[in-house]
Amino acid sequence: MTTRTTFRVPGWALGLAGVAVLLLVLQVLPVAGVVDRRFLPPATEMFQALSSWFVSPQFWTALGQTLTTWITGLAIAFVAGTVLGILIGEIPGLRALTASTIEFLRPVPSVALVPLVVILYGPTMQSTLILVVYASIWQVLLQVLAGVGSVDPVADDTARSYRFGLLTRIRTVTLPSSLPYVITGLRLAATVALILTLTGELLIGTPGLGSLLLIARASGQYALIYGLVLVAGALGLAVNLVFRQIERWTLFWHPSIRGEVAA
Amino acid sequence: MAGKTHGADLSVRNVRKVYTGRGAAVEAIQDLSFDVKAGELVCVVGPSGAGKTTLLRILAGLLGSTSGEVALGGDLVKGPPPGMAVVLQEYGRSLFPWMTVAKNIELPLKEKGVPKAERKRLVQEALDAVSLADAGRSYPWQLSGGMQQRVAIARAVAYEPQVLLMDEPFAAVDAQTRLELEDLVRALWQRLGVTVVFVTHDIDEAVYLGEHVFVLSNRPTILLEKVTIDLGANRDQVATRTHPEFGRLRNHVYELVQHAKKGARSLDEAGLAPAWLPANGETTVRQRELITAQALAAPVVDATADVDDAPVDDAEQAGSAEA
Repeated sequence: MTTRTTFRVPGWALGLAGVAVLLLVLQVLPVAGVVDRRFLPPATEMFQALSSWFVSPQFWTALGQTLTTWITGLAIAFVAGTVLGILIGEIPGLRALTASTIEFLRPVPSVALVPLVVILYGPTMQSTLILVVYASIWQVLLQVLAGVGSVDPVADDTARSYRFGLLTRIRTVTLPSSLPYVITGLRLAATVALILTLTGELLIGTPGLGSLLLIARASGQYALIYGLVLVAGALGLAVNLVFRQIERWTLFWHPSIRGEVAA
Repeated sequence: MAGKTHGADLSVRNVRKVYTGRGAAVEAIQDLSFDVKAGELVCVVGPSGAGKTTLLRILAGLLGSTSGEVALGGDLVKGPPPGMAVVLQEYGRSLFPWMTVAKNIELPLKEKGVPKAERKRLVQEALDAVSLADAGRSYPWQLSGGMQQRVAIARAVAYEPQVLLMDEPFAAVDAQTRLELEDLVRALWQRLGVTVVFVTHDIDEAVYLGEHVFVLSNRPTILLEKVTIDLGANRDQVATRTHPEFGRLRNHVYELVQHAKKGARSLDEAGLAPAWLPANGETTVRQRELITAQALAAPVVDATADVDDAPVDDAEQAGSAEA
């Protein structure tokens, strides 16, 4: 098969090409007059508007605030979700006891809590944090539960036959076994947390990139609005890349990562 | 080596196991009683589905029996007892892939409270014993199947158990590796003086390895025969396997398992004489000694022949068993 041996375009280059195509479309559509360029300015204008902001400390402060809210919320959701997941998964009966409650609470949209948290905490970071934690904890919790339930019975028998204590078993068997699930949960939660961070900033006015968007809208700077949206997209992309790398580091032993090794 | 660990007696009394759950209750084990003396190596064979794994899990304290009791060194087994190590067929799943080989072996020792320096020594000695001295820092999945099972054996050896239970440990490795591992088990057993219960579906393997072979019936399982393997202490893959006595015992166990498959629930139903009764009715002096010893020590064997009379008139016994 000659086609198999020909040069292959690496994945990252294809990814970059995809972004380039998107930007090109964004550039061409308004310039060609297909869309109204007042409301969808060409990509070059978006970057111009953004670049003037890049030099202002206001932008970097806002970015810092968004990242702080996001990471704090994600960390709380991750730790709480993991601890709860292990407790519910390990203590007999607790899963049945909590299943219906979890299934009831999980579909409640975080945004529905906005009026409540505003009354309680006003337009503060705390308000947005609550939204973030509420939305992202389920991603972690359900994955950890699935992970705890997925422990190989042979590994479990081994741990029991060597008389491992409960804590040792959780630390050396349950947690590593469920790690693939936990990392997936963390990656999903990271994205959801970022969405809710921006949502909170937009709806509640918590300081951050979202509230900059509010200001841009109020002052009719459409190019800047798009610029900020691009920044949010870039953040999401960066988050995904970081967590994929974390996955590679922590799951080096997992068949999905270690790939073809003599078995 | 880690010095001789002393084996412990294993006694099984009227063990019965009925699985209840969805659908009809399944009686896996009807009634099993046998003894394994301290430091003995016994093999358990039977047709597939004979409840061999169920039996091993009950011995290991991983599964409760419906009635009856298992005692290890005089103590009733109610959960996994101290001083017992288990080697399972699925080496790939019983070794933890997120830990190095050395850590896998060390973890049970840590849990047992062995001090650090002692742990390091035991781990290295165990690795040496299974000829994997340099594999400590590898991960299990970087090793071949046979090597992984060696690691699982090393983990059990380092634990210094009194009883070692092995559940079809070589069923998933290739034939050549299997022979090497069989000799490894014999060598370790002789060196450590540990009691070994080795479950296998491979009749040749059972006869080659064991001092005794317990032949089980189909489910609901009972003990068909305890076959004593008088092939000496030193077994050799070539000399032992070509020895006429090996062939005779192997054929006997094979036939019995075939009958068990078809539902035979005693030697009588299988139409076989006990292994210790020579089929042609001629006995050597050595066989007479054996027969006497057997008759006194092992009334477990369901005598188609009347055990008490056995040494007196073998020919007639053999004849009547065939009838």
